[in-house]
Amino acid sequence: MPISSDEESCTAGAARKSPMKDAIIVEDLSKKYELGALSHETMLRERLVNFFLGSFRKRAAKNEIIWALKNVSFRIGEREVVGIIGRNGAGKSTLLKVLSKITYPTSGHVHVRGRVASLLEVGTGFHEELTGRENIYLNGSILGMKRKEVEAKLDAILNFAGLERFVDTPIKRYSSGMRLRLGFAVAAHLDPDILIIDEILAVGDAGFQKKCLNAMEDLRSGGRTVLFVSHNMAAVENLCTRAIWIDDGQIRQDGPAHEVIEAYMSTFASSQQATMDLTQVESRRGSGEIRYTGFEILDKNGQPQPVVRSGDSVMFRFHFRAKESVRFPCFGLRLFTELGTLITETGTWHHGIGIPEVFAGDGYIDLEINSLNLLPARYLLTLNISGEKAGIEGPHMYDGLDHCAKIEMEGANIYMSGKTLDSHYGIVFFPQRWRLPVVRTKQSALLTNDSHVFDSASSETELAK
Amino acid sequence: MKTESLSELWRFRELLYFLAWRDVKVRYKQAVLGIAWAIIQPLFTMLIFTLFFGRLAGVPSDGIPYPLFSLCALVPWTYFSVTLSQAGNSLISNSNLITKVYFPRALLPAASALGGMPDFLVGSGLLVVMMFYYRVKPGWSLLLAPLFVLGLMVLVFGVSMLLAAMNVRYRDVKYAIPFLIQIWLFVTPIIYPATFLPKRFQQILALNPLAGLIEGFRACLFPNRQMDLMLVGTSAAVTLLVLVVGALYFRKTERTFADII
Repeated sequence: MPISSDEESCTAGAARKSPMKDAIIVEDLSKKYELGALSHETMLRERLVNFFLGSFRKRAAKNEIIWALKNVSFRIGEREVVGIIGRNGAGKSTLLKVLSKITYPTSGHVHVRGRVASLLEVGTGFHEELTGRENIYLNGSILGMKRKEVEAKLDAILNFAGLERFVDTPIKRYSSGMRLRLGFAVAAHLDPDILIIDEILAVGDAGFQKKCLNAMEDLRSGGRTVLFVSHNMAAVENLCTRAIWIDDGQIRQDGPAHEVIEAYMSTFASSQQATMDLTQVESRRGSGEIRYTGFEILDKNGQPQPVVRSGDSVMFRFHFRAKESVRFPCFGLRLFTELGTLITETGTWHHGIGIPEVFAGDGYIDLEINSLNLLPARYLLTLNISGEKAGIEGPHMYDGLDHCAKIEMEGANIYMSGKTLDSHYGIVFFPQRWRLPVVRTKQSALLTNDSHVFDSASSETELAK
Repeated sequence: MKTESLSELWRFRELLYFLAWRDVKVRYKQAVLGIAWAIIQPLFTMLIFTLFFGRLAGVPSDGIPYPLFSLCALVPWTYFSVTLSQAGNSLISNSNLITKVYFPRALLPAASALGGMPDFLVGSGLLVVMMFYYRVKPGWSLLLAPLFVLGLMVLVFGVSMLLAAMNVRYRDVKYAIPFLIQIWLFVTPIIYPATFLPKRFQQILALNPLAGLIEGFRACLFPNRQMDLMLVGTSAAVTLLVLVVGALYFRKTERTFADII
């Protein structure tokens, strides 16, 4: 909904000097919620009782105070596309609500310049009894569109939603997917200067999500200022140049999107260390002449990498200690899902590498993986060192550690489609590309991801008739 | 401050229209009898009132046939009571909008006040038919009637701003509204004419803003009926006072709606 173009009053002089204008200025913003206030005095009766008894007894309990936002300051330039990330309950939504004027700050200032549309929900104000067309008018108007604007865009909206046939059906007969499409279609046709979006890409089927992301791309190229809250890191990284990480009501980090995302993601990995000590593992097999002592996950530059994302290029470093010199050892590993399904086994033996001798002392061996094609989940590593020992027939086990290390895979935008594939999509993925030679795409303009390594085309296609 | 919020209301006039339109549309979408309800309600109340108060209790009606006498008050009263109960709940019944979108919150009670108008007009149609039936020819004073209708809307808006805002914080208000409406019916000259009361009570009656508005509306329809300027003037002043108090309370609490609704 449009908010009055608030010409900055006191800061106008300073702003005029800077070359890039600020679309949003947030100064020292704080928002306090009193949890107790909700339960206290919600009934007039209690208010009256308290009023009369007030002199006899003190208020029962002090209200619990929660600072949803505390001293938050930032500026967002015109045409900047900024992602806001953070855990649930960190204050992201409160921030958007304050910026949208839905709720008011306890202290601090917000200056917003230009027409604002905020999409905190898809299809706000939809009414079950009204038809698709009626709801487009209602929803459009609620989001700040003029009646004439809606009229002019009605066909485009229906087309975008793919609901031309149901335009006069009450939306109580719509499926939830249809409602969502209708809601997003209206939103995609807004024409604000500043767009504030809260996590709406988290819903809907894959094809529609794609459409939404494309619509968002259009918004970005259309020169709008966009503020975008999402848990979908891939989408944030894809769409935003800058990200603001809100933690516990405060700005934890503000900077280039991928840096902030990386820092944010690394807090999740506290359960997984880049370096694992394997000396203390108790239940291990093998004769012990040579044993693993540690396991590290490094990035391609050899730096510890606490967060591993689907498709990352990584290096596993296995540290070992040999009590005596060992001839022809084979280092191997097996990778399991958390449920114990073997995904793959590999080792020096499989590669035909013969290691003539490992001398007594410490050493390490590296396994380089160009692209770790695991989808987000927790995986378990089983390590072993085996070999031929003089005088013993068959393979001999020097060291065997079952499920001794775990790898947490985080999601990534592996197909460059803006979608983060999660564990619902399986365990692994392959480098791939889709080709649709005899298929005519319905909205070819929307299918624009060509220059990526892993091409993928939308499923929104139709066979040519 | 005041002018700023008024200009904002003006900028959102299309949304006001759409919210009112939604209320009207939704009200009749699933009702089998549809807009007929706007006639049934005052018509049947009139019949009951005529039987009990006009015939059995012998309440005077200043020479006007009692059915017509009560109907010309019942049409505005129906608008007032139905709209008030809707508008008083308009904020809490639209909490999904309040927590998700910004717009001047006063649009919600205002939309209810506006959305009651189609019903009022249909009810007025019934009134016209009845006037033909009783061969009452209105005079020039009829032209003043829209003023009283406007006053009615202002009053509903003012009272409902107060009630709706209180309703957000104190849910008791929801239960108090039907009770309030019931009381209000009896302290307003609908069943009886204002002149039915002793003189000194008439002055107290004038403090009920609805009294002057309804008696004034009634006086517009019958050329021979004297408009009680004292009553009408007092009611108009109280109506404005209610509007101002309602608007002030609404403004004061408006900022917290999204947090506590």
